[in-house]
Amino acid sequence: MNRTLFVAAPILVLGLTLLPGLSGVRADEGAYITVASTTSTENSGLFGYLLPAFTEKTGIEVRVVAVGTGQAIRIAMNGDADVLFVHHRESEERFVDEGYGVKRYPVMHNDFVIVGPATDPAGIRGMEDAAAALAAIANADQPFASRADDSGTHKKEISLWAAADIDPTGASGSWYRETGSGMGATLNTASAMGAYALTDRGTWIKFGNKGDLQLLVEGDPRLFNPYGVILVSPDRFPHVKAREGQAFIDWLMSEQGQQRIAAYRIDGQPAFFPDAVP
Amino acid sequence: MTDFVNAFRTAFELIVGLDPELVRIVTLSLQISLAAVLAATVIALPLGAAVALLRFPGRRAVVILLNAAMGLPPVVVGLVVYLLLSRAGPLGSFGLLFTPTAMIVAQCILVMPIIAALTRQTITDLHEEYDEYLRSVGAGPLRSIGTLIRDGRFRLLTAVLAGFGRAIAEVGAVLIVGGNIQNVTRVMTTTIALETSKGNLALALGLGLILIIVATTINGLAMAVGEAAESRHG
Repeated sequence: MNRTLFVAAPILVLGLTLLPGLSGVRADEGAYITVASTTSTENSGLFGYLLPAFTEKTGIEVRVVAVGTGQAIRIAMNGDADVLFVHHRESEERFVDEGYGVKRYPVMHNDFVIVGPATDPAGIRGMEDAAAALAAIANADQPFASRADDSGTHKKEISLWAAADIDPTGASGSWYRETGSGMGATLNTASAMGAYALTDRGTWIKFGNKGDLQLLVEGDPRLFNPYGVILVSPDRFPHVKAREGQAFIDWLMSEQGQQRIAAYRIDGQPAFFPDAVP
Repeated sequence: MTDFVNAFRTAFELIVGLDPELVRIVTLSLQISLAAVLAATVIALPLGAAVALLRFPGRRAVVILLNAAMGLPPVVVGLVVYLLLSRAGPLGSFGLLFTPTAMIVAQCILVMPIIAALTRQTITDLHEEYDEYLRSVGAGPLRSIGTLIRDGRFRLLTAVLAGFGRAIAEVGAVLIVGGNIQNVTRVMTTTIALETSKGNLALALGLGLILIIVATTINGLAMAVGEAAESRHG
């Protein structure tokens, strides 16, 4: 009897374990592309809204790896993605110039905002100059939670500190808190310690743990946040699915894709604005 | 406290409603972790038994290495597997990065030393009881390993379950090599990390409760099967 059990148990386990192999084979039969993108596009729910329409039209499945912009670019530079969809124009242009990407398409934009505790001890509420707002936070020695993860948002934050002529890293560990984490994790930290933070609007609207945090500064032209989409170079990486990847980019830039981006709402608010409306 | 109350409610609603996304994620988690544990067991049982029974130079060093490797940092294992499987890495041509297979490989590496080290200890203890018998029948090392694994299988179940516990609860490695792609490589732990980062703390905690329930159920089933078999055996 025990023999039966000890034969049956491994067979059960084997059966279960063979399934992912089989489903993997099934997934390989259908065309799919891998897109290296940012947490802001995935966590805001935009991809969940966009991708089914594209897959339905073309039959191409889109697999999104959502990480910080810096990491997404490195994934693409290793040839581990077919399409790069991120938000830091300088890095994107360098990516193309160095031969890793074919061409950068300006697909959409939204903007960054500065959030902070409702009591606003640094007094930045309503300021229109984002760099001056950061300077006020620094001068008041108020906690600021930085991504510090080489993401697009972090790169934007660094450029704003430079515009304010302040080097916050000297205060790292005191009022300047470098979380080294994604946008949501950094907002969780800011929420828990009553800190200020720079965030993209989409993630902010969708974020579920705002606590005492409020949107305090918006509208500075320097807070503009453009997204670019780039096909990883098939010349450099022969395994890149160039046809399917370009089909995805073409669809994003098409009237249907652009309209769909414009139609996406988070809690009734538009989160992304198309940049290629024909 | 509201987060805790909401977490229980969320977990309850997800389970009762058999949320299809949840079912998919739980199934994938089980498939990946069971596959990893199975592969690791196939390597680790003979390896652990061999280290316990055979006398060879450097054996103590191997024992120390195996014991130390029980604490392998998942993030580091994930990073190494990532670099190996990346298109820029030595195994890149297989295109395995960001697939369930990559996650199985990473978990297998994490789990194998745990099962091997616990097997070694179990077999060492068992060998003291069996030494005389094995000598009397003139069993060689290979036959001894086979006999001890077969007769120690109930005790070895604990080693395998320890490995499974590590595999199913681990997030650092599978996040890096799997990429947390929806419907493809998203498992329980990476979903919990994702929902936490979205600030959906109650949902994340609810999923955590479900993970604990799943792990407890698997352990309970394994123990029940083992004990039923043992009582019939005895």
